[in-house]
Amino acid sequence: MKQNNLYNYILSIADNSLILGQRLGELCGHGPTLETDIAGTNISLDLIGQCRNYYQYAAKVQGEGKTEDDLAFLRLEREYKNVLLVEQPNDHFGYVMGRQYLFDVFHLLFMNDMLNSKDETLAAIAKKGIKEVSYHKRFSGDWVKRLGDGTEESKAKMQEAIDDLWTYTDELFDMTEADKAMVSEGVGVDVSKLKEGYYKEVSQLLAEADLTVPESKYFTRGGKKGIHSEHMGYLLADLQYMQRTYPNMEW
Amino acid sequence: MNNSLPFGRDAQRAERVSLSFNLKTNTMSDEQIRNLEEIFEARIARDEKIEPKDWMPEKYRKTHIRQMSQHAHSEIVGMLPEGNWISRAPSLRRKAALLAKVQDEAGHGLYLYSACETLGVSRDELYEQLHSGKAKYSSIFNYPTVSWADMGAVGWLVDGAAIINQVPLCNTSFGPYARAMVRVCKEESFHQRQGFEIMLKLCNGSPEQKEMAQDALNRWWWPSLMMLGPTDAESIHTEQSMKWKLKRKSNDDLRQQFIDQTVPQADLLGLTIPDPDMKFNEETGSYDFGEINWDEFWQVVKGHGPCNKKRMKDRVGAWEEGAWVRDAAMAHAEKNEAKKLKKAI
Repeated sequence: MKQNNLYNYILSIADNSLILGQRLGELCGHGPTLETDIAGTNISLDLIGQCRNYYQYAAKVQGEGKTEDDLAFLRLEREYKNVLLVEQPNDHFGYVMGRQYLFDVFHLLFMNDMLNSKDETLAAIAKKGIKEVSYHKRFSGDWVKRLGDGTEESKAKMQEAIDDLWTYTDELFDMTEADKAMVSEGVGVDVSKLKEGYYKEVSQLLAEADLTVPESKYFTRGGKKGIHSEHMGYLLADLQYMQRTYPNMEW
Repeated sequence: MNNSLPFGRDAQRAERVSLSFNLKTNTMSDEQIRNLEEIFEARIARDEKIEPKDWMPEKYRKTHIRQMSQHAHSEIVGMLPEGNWISRAPSLRRKAALLAKVQDEAGHGLYLYSACETLGVSRDELYEQLHSGKAKYSSIFNYPTVSWADMGAVGWLVDGAAIINQVPLCNTSFGPYARAMVRVCKEESFHQRQGFEIMLKLCNGSPEQKEMAQDALNRWWWPSLMMLGPTDAESIHTEQSMKWKLKRKSNDDLRQQFIDQTVPQADLLGLTIPDPDMKFNEETGSYDFGEINWDEFWQVVKGHGPCNKKRMKDRVGAWEEGAWVRDAAMAHAEKNEAKKLKKAI
């Protein structure tokens, strides 16, 4: 394939949206209030919508006649390139909002940059996505603040989630081969340049939320290379269940 | 009896009746109440809408809280059997559509609870009634969704039966309920088409897919017929509900309407209705059908269906596990208020 780097690049962005959308979808009907349930489903819907645009484009770039569903459902675990952060489980609402916020800040910075991509399709997806992701960040950021500055219990739970999820943040800024190639062509986003702004913004909100910014310098990475956490296999078992059980059918 | 003062749109007319209202005891005589009731019933007969602040008989208020909250609970519990397939939907398009559908149901729940709140009951109280088992919800949601085809069958049959029940409610006498139902019905009708389309795709697919569709129809057919309520002879609320336009046709009439509408759709899909007695009656122009197993209906209504316990466990679980989140939101809001107040001083 001529455009292997572009294909891999698109997939890695798409996988982040798919896997986070899948995680949020698991919560549908189980939220702490009806309003948060509706909002969580809405965010999931936005993310699934985004990943469809990416997969359709990736399938076109690949040029093998595959569909968005082939790419979303029929790869092996090692072929999914999402960051570890988005596949982390919905342990409690603090984890759900913490995971969301830590991703949303990155996601918005990323989208704002992708708006300037020389690739018109990616720029167009970014243009549409920025509105959605701005809302996601406002929602998750507000909840991090509410929980951090709520009761003693909620503060402890929110801090626990931030402490546990922090280890996955640094991977967001790793540059893969595909990333580097796409940056050099003016198509991709140089995520390494987003790091400073990211930690500054997150730290500021955590301070506002009366939470402590974790000091750990040890980070966990692997998702971008297809080496996932133990949670991923179960997530994929659900996600791929129908496509694996009933291959080559239309739904 | 509701002995409170009348106010709102109906105030002038009501005022004439209650001129001799006893300010000392804060009560109305039986005759005054009877007069108010007459005015009230006349308004309904004229197809006027009753609004939350209008005077209404206590029975009307209670009946509406019961029916609207039961409807709201059904939407919320109904999210569970379909939510069960979000993570396993077979394509991205189906996943997005299912997410949107379940989200619509949450939205319906939200504005039906809000409509209840206009009658002076809080959402927390209504949840408490659901969680304690005091309040009912549609029994159909106590059946399990065991295959993807169930997402088709639920949309096609369950939402189909719900629409038959709900369309007449767009003209019901209580304003907030009638207005909510206009929107609910539009969305339900979309859901039904979506469900039918899932079935159609399966029926035009592989033999396994068609078998999956037939199996879903076999399991959902009879519970869908039961959804339209007990036979008229057994229905305790019908007469009063008819008067208040909470109901415009009897359960048996609605059931016949549902059957007559659905059988040709099953034919179109090439599926067989699981009823050997189902036959078109040339004389009546309707389908005759077999005996409904009412023992099963009452078993499920009384809490012994396949998923009653699981549905309640999930709802109560979500509520209890979310308590710390709701407490935090309240505490945070109170802190913010206190900060604002301090600044203002």
